[in-house]
Amino acid sequence: MTVLALVERGPEGPDELSLQALAFARSLAPGEPLHALAPVRGGEGTELAATLGEHGVSTVHLAEHEAFAAHAPVALARAVVELVERLAPAAVVAAGSERGNEVLAHVGALLDLPLATNCLEAALGEPMRLTRLRWGGSLLEEASLHGSPKLLTVAPHAVPAEAAPAAGPAVERFTPSLTDADLVVRVVERVQAAAGGISLADAKVVVSAGRGAGSAEGFAVIEELAALLGGAVGCSRAVTMAGWRPHTDQVGQTGTKIAPDVYIACGISGATQHLAGCKGAKTLLAINTDPDAPILASADYAVIGDLHEVVPAISAEIRKARGR
Amino acid sequence: MNVLVCVKRVPMTGGTIVLTPDGQAIATQHLGFTISPHEECGVEEAVRIVERHGGESVVLTLGPPEAEEQLRDALALGIDRAIHLVTDGEEWDAQATAAAIAAAVEAERAAGIEYDLLLFGNESADAGGYQVGVRVAHRLGLPCATGLKSLAVEGGRIRCEQEAPGGRDVYDLPLPAVVTVKEGLNLPRYPSVPGRMRAQRKPVAASRPARPEPRLERLRLVVPGGQRKQAEILGHGPEAAPRVVEVLERIGVLT
Repeated sequence: MTVLALVERGPEGPDELSLQALAFARSLAPGEPLHALAPVRGGEGTELAATLGEHGVSTVHLAEHEAFAAHAPVALARAVVELVERLAPAAVVAAGSERGNEVLAHVGALLDLPLATNCLEAALGEPMRLTRLRWGGSLLEEASLHGSPKLLTVAPHAVPAEAAPAAGPAVERFTPSLTDADLVVRVVERVQAAAGGISLADAKVVVSAGRGAGSAEGFAVIEELAALLGGAVGCSRAVTMAGWRPHTDQVGQTGTKIAPDVYIACGISGATQHLAGCKGAKTLLAINTDPDAPILASADYAVIGDLHEVVPAISAEIRKARGR
Repeated sequence: MNVLVCVKRVPMTGGTIVLTPDGQAIATQHLGFTISPHEECGVEEAVRIVERHGGESVVLTLGPPEAEEQLRDALALGIDRAIHLVTDGEEWDAQATAAAIAAAVEAERAAGIEYDLLLFGNESADAGGYQVGVRVAHRLGLPCATGLKSLAVEGGRIRCEQEAPGGRDVYDLPLPAVVTVKEGLNLPRYPSVPGRMRAQRKPVAASRPARPEPRLERLRLVVPGGQRKQAEILGHGPEAAPRVVEVLERIGVLT
């Protein structure tokens, strides 16, 4: 019984979520051979294969094609399908990233098989029993997955990316047979983001406000505190829908998912939509006029009060502390 | 330029999710319903594209009879007509949903209506399957780009931008095409009162496709446990500021 895992490449080697997917794939069939597929340009991928060997992969299949210089989801799905036909794996696993979900959706469509995305747990069997995320993780679903092979993606951070050293992996290179139609959907250009500013996704401190800010101008005190802490400004969906802040500032299920050391949520009630985006925060401080606001059930600390009074007082106190 | 936008009726969950006693669904008797957020932007984009390029905009949903409410919402924003694939309220898996939508598009084609663009949300708010748009594209033999935050139609092609680490990735597809979009694509307009009145008179074509056996079969829903915290109250009003600063110092974010 073999399991095939799809590996995406980050700027340096395999990306973190793919390594997590490998750990998940190993747990499906412990002791059984684990195959991995990574897309590369011709001749590339030797170092990548070595890294995958350290994560328990017994055979690394390098799908070589010039199209894989950039993301080409249909071409990659064709490569997966080719390997599925050759290896007849019990399951195909990918990271529950945007791209992992996308490529396995194409695989599911090409093979007319069901796909379970963002799984937390799964056990091989007929049908496969699994637990997956719904509502951006606010709710879980226990489900049965039919068909073979089982197609699934692994919810980000469901399992840690543990190394599992094995004897150096076998490396097999192949060129998937692709038609022009398979190459229509591919990245033709990369627009670099404007430099400067702290990205919300990577910030160590995020100071956010919701409807309680009252207006676009109400964010002045939020921006001041964020600047003092070297952090980024965030907001809730209610704020972007009101047009007070751009969508790029939105924290939540349909916005940015953040994982700062501290998240200061001001005047945010704590709808599941919002909480799905800030579960990764190590510490959550809520500032809210309502002591019964749902966000307090997810907060480590809370101040009961109006953000327009509390936030400027915190900024003043920080300046005072730094002056000492 | 004919544009089809597909939407899903989902509950507005608010602060905490409560399940029905049998664990099969969210208890919705006190909840309102809406269109999944990504798809709200899809509706807005469909209206804008047809305003600019002419043609017809159509909204489609697969859902219970009550989902007509979401179709009327889309019609109130300026969509021209609606297609309702009526279910008995049971969940359809992604494969079954895509098959029914593709069949509806084929039926439109047989009636002489060709769509240049099919818009989907990247993933629904509730099931979050990330696949219906992709599956419909394969069934119809069309290209599909996903997770898009910017679209520009010009000269029989569509330029699509997708957020990627450090920037945006660009796809350039020939039309007809399928695209799946994300919130942030645009800022959806609010329906006007005349828009709501007009929506009541716009046509909604209903049919009842048969539901195949699910191949991703939901057994039950579970509210994740063990995450509820008891927040330590640092104080009330601005007087709490010194204690907040103590906490920030302890965490090590105040340097």
